[in-house]
Amino acid sequence: MARKKPSRELLSDWRSGPTIRSLLKAISVETGTIGRPLRIMEVCGTHTMTLHRSGLKPLLREAGVAMVSGPGCPVCITPDYYHEAIIDLVTSRKNILVGTFGDMTRVPTARGSLQTTVPAPGSEIRIVYSPEEALELAVKNPEKEVIFFGAGFETTIPAIAFTVKRAAAENLKNFSLLAALWLIPPALQAILESGEVAIDGFIYPGHVSVIIGQKAYRFVPEKFGVPGAIAGFEPADVLLGILSVARQIRLGRPEVANEYRRVVQAEGNPRALALMEEMLEPYEADWRGLGRIKRSGLRLKPRFLELDAVRKFNLQLRPAKPLKLGCRCGEVLKGLIEPVDCPLFGRSCDPEHPRGPCMVSYEGACLIEYKYSSGGRKQ
Amino acid sequence: MKQVSLEMGSGGRLMQEFIKEKLLPVFKNRYLNALHDSALLPGGLALTTDSYTVDPIFFPGGDIGTLCVNGTVNDLVVSGARPEYLSLALIIEEGLELATLEKILLSIRKTASRNRVSIVTGDTKVVPRGQADRIYINTAGVGHLVGCPEPEKVRPGDKILVTGPVGEHGLAIMLARNNFRLSSRVRSDCGPLLFLLPLWKKGVLWMRDITRGGLATVLSELAEKVGYPLLVEEESIPFSRALRGAVEILGIDPLYLACEGRALMVVKESEAKRVLNFLKRQAASREAAIIGEVQDKIGRKGEALLRTSSGGLRLLEPLTSELLPRIC
Repeated sequence: MARKKPSRELLSDWRSGPTIRSLLKAISVETGTIGRPLRIMEVCGTHTMTLHRSGLKPLLREAGVAMVSGPGCPVCITPDYYHEAIIDLVTSRKNILVGTFGDMTRVPTARGSLQTTVPAPGSEIRIVYSPEEALELAVKNPEKEVIFFGAGFETTIPAIAFTVKRAAAENLKNFSLLAALWLIPPALQAILESGEVAIDGFIYPGHVSVIIGQKAYRFVPEKFGVPGAIAGFEPADVLLGILSVARQIRLGRPEVANEYRRVVQAEGNPRALALMEEMLEPYEADWRGLGRIKRSGLRLKPRFLELDAVRKFNLQLRPAKPLKLGCRCGEVLKGLIEPVDCPLFGRSCDPEHPRGPCMVSYEGACLIEYKYSSGGRKQ
Repeated sequence: MKQVSLEMGSGGRLMQEFIKEKLLPVFKNRYLNALHDSALLPGGLALTTDSYTVDPIFFPGGDIGTLCVNGTVNDLVVSGARPEYLSLALIIEEGLELATLEKILLSIRKTASRNRVSIVTGDTKVVPRGQADRIYINTAGVGHLVGCPEPEKVRPGDKILVTGPVGEHGLAIMLARNNFRLSSRVRSDCGPLLFLLPLWKKGVLWMRDITRGGLATVLSELAEKVGYPLLVEEESIPFSRALRGAVEILGIDPLYLACEGRALMVVKESEAKRVLNFLKRQAASREAAIIGEVQDKIGRKGEALLRTSSGGLRLLEPLTSELLPRIC
């Protein structure tokens, strides 16, 4: 067969029908040899998005692989009471300017969402596209207290840490951080230890892995005997990851494979890791749905006390009573149920009237399922 | 306390709900109830109106002046009417530079003469500083019907066409605001669709200009209207190279980006080739393409489906939440 000329389009080969078909074929050969269907968790919300946007989920099911969504959406796993603490602050105090990412403003809580909140005079909640933008707001509005409400995993954390470092270096007195910063490996460990969900393997998040590298997941095969692969975000990337996991299962040799070698290095990004180490310290954080997990969150080190919004404004980060009667986001985040198994899904909970964060975030399993899915079911 | 949210004006489902639940019950009459792009009045007359609040008012490929003429003209064209007269109402913020205003007026004149319409009545209001953002414009347009949309005649096998690359207006506006600090060669596709008028006599059954909510939203509305599922091939949808690059970097789904000079149409199967050839001969639609067809084998009634380049099927939902207000 004549070889196709290399494409000028960087991405088309990672999506093209022939590539995808041959990968699916290879996967179904593996599952055929293994002799049973596989259950693989894609940890990252962006992978969930790739699977749905490209319509791969039903094709994978035909190839013997059921994909389960994991906790990889920072907006989703940030507990309500973070939002409520911010809502309390901006409604009761003047001249507070909160900068946060767009998705965060729509998360529903018992006190409404950041978007529906009516702030006190001079106070405001503004959507920003980067932590740096929040820092600029602080420079431009010296009469206001600017709080960056940042939620993120290892992907975003270095940028947030860098911003705080700059604020400290520039001695900005009116800037602070409400850190909702979460670490992926401890969450995976918690999921494995709970044993609630039977998972044959993991697709590890590509962007997070750029920072933390391959070694951060080594405990998964070593301690739990569970295979996994780091994957990129194009359809072929994800399939390569799944193929690797299937192969590991067939050979009985679980490892941490790197199928995103064009971007991820084994050691991660040492500079970013050093920056995180310099600015932040781990603590036992509370995840929505997963509960308290040891060393799973990062907060500013004590010497950056003045830049920590929790301490500066004495924010009460306390679990309120669970409010959304019937919302099963927690179980969705753990991979225990599919979004459609939630009694609210598509009935009283949809993108215009979200009842939980998974229906809000662009990386939320419920929103993604709602937006893309029923098309996969053929008549 | 319930308040109006930005999403209510985004062109997505919340806006549809607002129109159906709040507006129609108050004003109901047979012309409004049809919810066409224009009202079709006795005597073969079509009437439409639109307000323009785009921010920034000048953007690559156009400005609020070109937009306020083309937008209203295009609404008439896709309703089957030849645009004839426009009204022009300006709401100006105190302090707007006169030179800016003159520049906008000039581009209104140029666009109107290009569309062979006259501005025959108007209104000017100036509001105190801070009570509007520079300038808002409303135009209304009337014209006579030369054709008639017939969505009820759509059958399986009929073809779905777009008149050119999609999504460029929405992206151009997004980038012009510079929130993302990304520069690109993408220009707005803002332009007149007047050249489509002859097609009403050549087998076109339905037309819609692709505006807010993008191609996906228009397709899902069409699917609800025709009573058959629609299947569109991702590989066949024209996108410019510059847009492809930018949406990858920004992580935006181009199927939800607005256009201001592109239309989607359904053409009888037997006439599709001829219509496509006609479009390819026009400067403004040289990159027109057949992107899909009306189905009776795949999908369910009312569904708009996309066959992705990877070979999977995906449902196209109407736009739900809009993070970018004031694109037109």
